[in-house]
Amino acid sequence: MLDFAELWSPIRLTIALATVTTVALLIIGTPIAWWLARSRSRFKEIVATVVALPLVLPPTVLGFYLLVALGPDGPGGMIAGLYGARSLAFTFEGLVIGSVFYSMPFVVQPIRNAFEAIGDRPFEVAATLRASPWDAFWSVALPLARPGFVTGAVLGFAHTVGEFGVVLMIGGNIPGETRVLSVAIYDYVETLQWTKAHILAGGMLVFAFVVIFSMTLLQRRFARAGK
Amino acid sequence: MTPGATIDAAFAGRLGGFDLDVAFTAPATGITAVFGQSGCGKTSVLRCVAGLTRLPGRLRVGGNVWQDDYSGMFLKPYRRPVGYVFQEASLFPHLSVRGNLTYGARRTTNGGANGLVFDDVVELLGIGPLLDRAPDALSGGERQRVAIGRALLARPSLLLMDEPLAALDRFAKEEILPYLEALQDTLALPVLYVSHDMSEVARLASHMIVLNKGRKVAEGEVGGVLERLDLHPATGRFEAGVIVSARVVNHDDDLKITHASLYGQPIDIPLVDAGPDHEIRLRIRARDVSLATERPKGISIRNVIAGTVAEINEEKNTAYAETLVDIGGARIRARITRASVRDLSLTPGSRVYALIKAITFDRRAYAGELR
Repeated sequence: MLDFAELWSPIRLTIALATVTTVALLIIGTPIAWWLARSRSRFKEIVATVVALPLVLPPTVLGFYLLVALGPDGPGGMIAGLYGARSLAFTFEGLVIGSVFYSMPFVVQPIRNAFEAIGDRPFEVAATLRASPWDAFWSVALPLARPGFVTGAVLGFAHTVGEFGVVLMIGGNIPGETRVLSVAIYDYVETLQWTKAHILAGGMLVFAFVVIFSMTLLQRRFARAGK
Repeated sequence: MTPGATIDAAFAGRLGGFDLDVAFTAPATGITAVFGQSGCGKTSVLRCVAGLTRLPGRLRVGGNVWQDDYSGMFLKPYRRPVGYVFQEASLFPHLSVRGNLTYGARRTTNGGANGLVFDDVVELLGIGPLLDRAPDALSGGERQRVAIGRALLARPSLLLMDEPLAALDRFAKEEILPYLEALQDTLALPVLYVSHDMSEVARLASHMIVLNKGRKVAEGEVGGVLERLDLHPATGRFEAGVIVSARVVNHDDDLKITHASLYGQPIDIPLVDAGPDHEIRLRIRARDVSLATERPKGISIRNVIAGTVAEINEEKNTAYAETLVDIGGARIRARITRASVRDLSLTPGSRVYALIKAITFDRRAYAGELR
């Protein structure tokens, strides 16, 4: 008989990680996307490149630097020291930080594109209707960029769910703490527990299909509504 | 805004490969047209007044300073009590018509600037049936009416309109013009109205500023500015003409003609909806006027007005001459060939008859007399 509690643990952990990461990315990524879309600074494409680096870097490279940064001698270790821990590596918090960097381009890029697509005019209209820039951001920019937010959130969530290399580097394989789905599957295969690997891998396959399919449907709906 | 207050503006600077240097004073009542060919800088002037574009200069509206570079004063656009109607309606697509209309109204702090409430504006612009629709379900003319309503409900002290009719077809234009005229009658709200369309200016505006290549070339009452023969490069030959006022005498309902008096001389125009003794405003384009030295007989042109040549301005390198004819009380322009000037021996002081082929008239009856 299969131990479903054992299978459920990595699933729950993965959903928790992806949810926390997505929320964190929407909070951190939105101002970055706004600045990238609206700023005329010369440095903005440099910042955009840094944000996009995880698209190209091998996850092990990103994971290596994060390991150093989160470890006892890095800034992560100093933060961990504030509450008596030794390091942020091999913790759930460390995984969240790693995932935020890793999935950032998938959230920032669609939101930036959506902000850019709005153009200047709606903000000029808002200004002539007494809306301050802060007011216009909430009452005009966010609602008009909604499709970008939906796309960014879904991609950020899905990409975090599928993360493997970075997790392995900075999280290891601690059940209930850092043992997420992709690592669990790898582990089951290594230990020849094929049935469990099949269940998790098949579930991921369905999940990926549902995500991409519903994204397509959503985008079509937005495209129709935008006409 | 207090009566007698004015809008004093001066802006000078470079905008994308283009020098703008304009100073003007507009009355703080009625519609002031900012007129010129495309690319003359008229939209830039309007944007500077709204604060959407910042150029070095100063701006004072009815006693309030909005920009003054000496003191470093520049009022942020969202702190200026303006209403701005863009060439494209630019409604917020994520809000209903009602949501668009109330967007500025909910944010304005400009107490009783024009005292307009929601229902008045909806009624004035005839947009009641549209309130719950989405902007993309409206026609071009409807959208622009909503945009005008949205600007008015922000309770502006100054309404800025940037070619609000230019993006519309002829039918939508005709649909909106009466609303703009109604605004004039209902609100004591000064308007700066950017346009390159002389017929719109003639129909709506009382005061005008003419721009050419980033410079102001004329400013004043519309009638007076249109009389000037030297403004061709700015106003365009095709639409050059004058505005005169006439008094309705009576109507011939059978032939659909209104008999009117143009400073004592009879004039016939297509039937106008205005009672006897009403002043009506007529626009006569220079290209629709011919001159004769004797009163012609056997001719289909009904309007033959006696006058005296006041000015002749021959255009070198062209076949044409612009003339100004004094008809006793008003002056009308005629565009004729230089050959005719020579053949008829026209000089200032010559007695002539002006043959008017077509008259455009403003449907609106004026209570007061126009100069």
